[in-house]
Amino acid sequence: MKQPYPMEQLLNLYEMMVRVRRFEEKAAEYFTKGMLAGNIHLCIGQEATVVGANAALEDRDFITCTHRGHGQCLAKGAKADKAMAELFGKATGYCGGKGGSMHIVDVNRGILGANGIVGAGIPIATGSALTSKIRGTDEVTLCFFGDGASNSGAFHEAINMAAAWQLPIAYLCENNQYGVSVNIKSVTNTDTIAVRAKAYDIPGVTVDGNDVLAVYEATKEAVDRARSGKGPSLVECMTYRHMGHYLGDNSFYRPKEYMEEATQKDAIANFRRYLLQQGAEEKTLTAIEEAMAEEILQACKFAEDSPYPDVSTVTKDMYAVENERCVSR
Amino acid sequence: MRKISVSAAIREGMREEMLRDENVVMIGEDLGTLGSPFAITKGFLEEFGTNRVIETPIAENGFTGMAVGAAMRGVRPVVELMYNDFISVALDPVMNQAAKLRYMTGGQIHIPMVLRAPMGAGRRNAGQHSQCLEALFMSIPGLKVVCPSSAADAKGLIKSAIRDDDPVIFLEHKLLYAQRDEVPEEEYTIPLGKAEIKRQGSDVVILTWSRQVYFALDAAAQLEKDGIDVEVIDLRTLVPLDWETIEASVIKTNRVVVLEEGVKRSGVGAELSAQITEELFDELDAPVCRVAGLNVCSPFSPPLEDAVFPQVGTIVQAVKSLLNR
Repeated sequence: MKQPYPMEQLLNLYEMMVRVRRFEEKAAEYFTKGMLAGNIHLCIGQEATVVGANAALEDRDFITCTHRGHGQCLAKGAKADKAMAELFGKATGYCGGKGGSMHIVDVNRGILGANGIVGAGIPIATGSALTSKIRGTDEVTLCFFGDGASNSGAFHEAINMAAAWQLPIAYLCENNQYGVSVNIKSVTNTDTIAVRAKAYDIPGVTVDGNDVLAVYEATKEAVDRARSGKGPSLVECMTYRHMGHYLGDNSFYRPKEYMEEATQKDAIANFRRYLLQQGAEEKTLTAIEEAMAEEILQACKFAEDSPYPDVSTVTKDMYAVENERCVSR
Repeated sequence: MRKISVSAAIREGMREEMLRDENVVMIGEDLGTLGSPFAITKGFLEEFGTNRVIETPIAENGFTGMAVGAAMRGVRPVVELMYNDFISVALDPVMNQAAKLRYMTGGQIHIPMVLRAPMGAGRRNAGQHSQCLEALFMSIPGLKVVCPSSAADAKGLIKSAIRDDDPVIFLEHKLLYAQRDEVPEEEYTIPLGKAEIKRQGSDVVILTWSRQVYFALDAAAQLEKDGIDVEVIDLRTLVPLDWETIEASVIKTNRVVVLEEGVKRSGVGAELSAQITEELFDELDAPVCRVAGLNVCSPFSPPLEDAVFPQVGTIVQAVKSLLNR
């Protein structure tokens, strides 16, 4: 079947997926070398979901992200250098080093922030959608969350309100099947997360989250629907987390079949094959891969070369004004 | 000057701000037809419509989180929690989100949100509807905490809270709602972080706020008969704290009582006592005295409840023993 997309658009999707993976691979490398503090949650394996979903958005739209949010942010247009610098805790990072891996925010690109509290981003995204409704503007908010967050009260409370008030939002579940170590099947009774949409009388669909075009199409439908005033939808993307919950978690709790499937269904390898079938030239793809590797290398160099924040900024930004007074007492 | 109730003053202040800035919206339970359980938003739905008076389901975590998301987009939400006790189910959006997002985003985001909540004992509402939780909110950096005691203060402070670019917790004592005070007709605001000396005195200062201000004033009137000259300071806001006014009074009186309705353990009094002792030790003629609620759950039965929070007699006794009288 002839695919309906111009090759340029397909290559853009491929480029972004490769960008995300290179970013994550480099982050893993630096973390393993002991150069990144704290924890990092990598989205290797979930690139098709974050890239396909973001491709359905306009620049003026908004997203909220999860703790596994590097890819979600990059795919919305966050710059790899400032994102990497934030992972390094450097002054040049998106949050001046005060947020770190789990909290990349770029308000100018509609990235309202990743969240360290699972599920907490769902009401926040819904509040962004409420804002568009009360202002009568047409931005859509896309809310990323995982299968784990779908069991939180925040999920129910927020989607119920979005449905009641027909807010312009799309809820995008990245179902990688594990909340840390717990398989979603062992803590839920439904076959899918999407079926819960019925409880709110909104559309709910489950798609192959490793098929970037399937994710794009399902998200586009949800986003268009939201933009035209028809209210929220729930899109569930079935995908795989190649790495542990955080880097260093060896995932002994997952059966080997999971990783076999994950490898077999790897979004980037499969999309690459598909592009070649569609007539893309090998050298074009290689050039994209090299360009992304170089971009991420430069991002790492920027992050490494950047200074740490000055210790005097430790009390800055707690309050808008009267900072000193509110902080000292 | 005209007199209006505390609830009418809050309503008037919020209405003025809604007229002044279309970004100001109300979010909470029963705000519409009922006009909120304490009638604070009466008439708002008719005047401002459903886009600005957002009557929510019973989902405190959800709608408080939504307010945070809306605030990120430049809306100035005024969230009403029906009772401050319900913060237990809405603490994440307040503690982990609203309070921290400016800092965690390196100043990219501000959360100009007000969380209003009735607090306090005395209405025989038992343990889950009677607490004073100022100390809990004070312990979270990033929040401001306001506790007005009069109608004029409530109006001037709610207006400042709404205009403030930080998340403000605005705690209204339930038993003050019906109290009527003089309130100017003309536009005014009261800055956050400014205490008011309610009564000048030279022997001892009582630092307090909200409903206990009146207990302190009654105690001061009784003590005057015994020749004890009590200063009463209404702190009005706990974060930011008006340290200059506290410091001047401690230097003048050399004896301090911190009076609060909330529980004594880890209370506001503990914090103020520590700050005063650390910084003004040489000015003190006696240890800072805390008069506060018992470290128990608020009971329902009237005689039990009245024994839980400070009464005028307790305060009089505490001041006398501080002065060895």
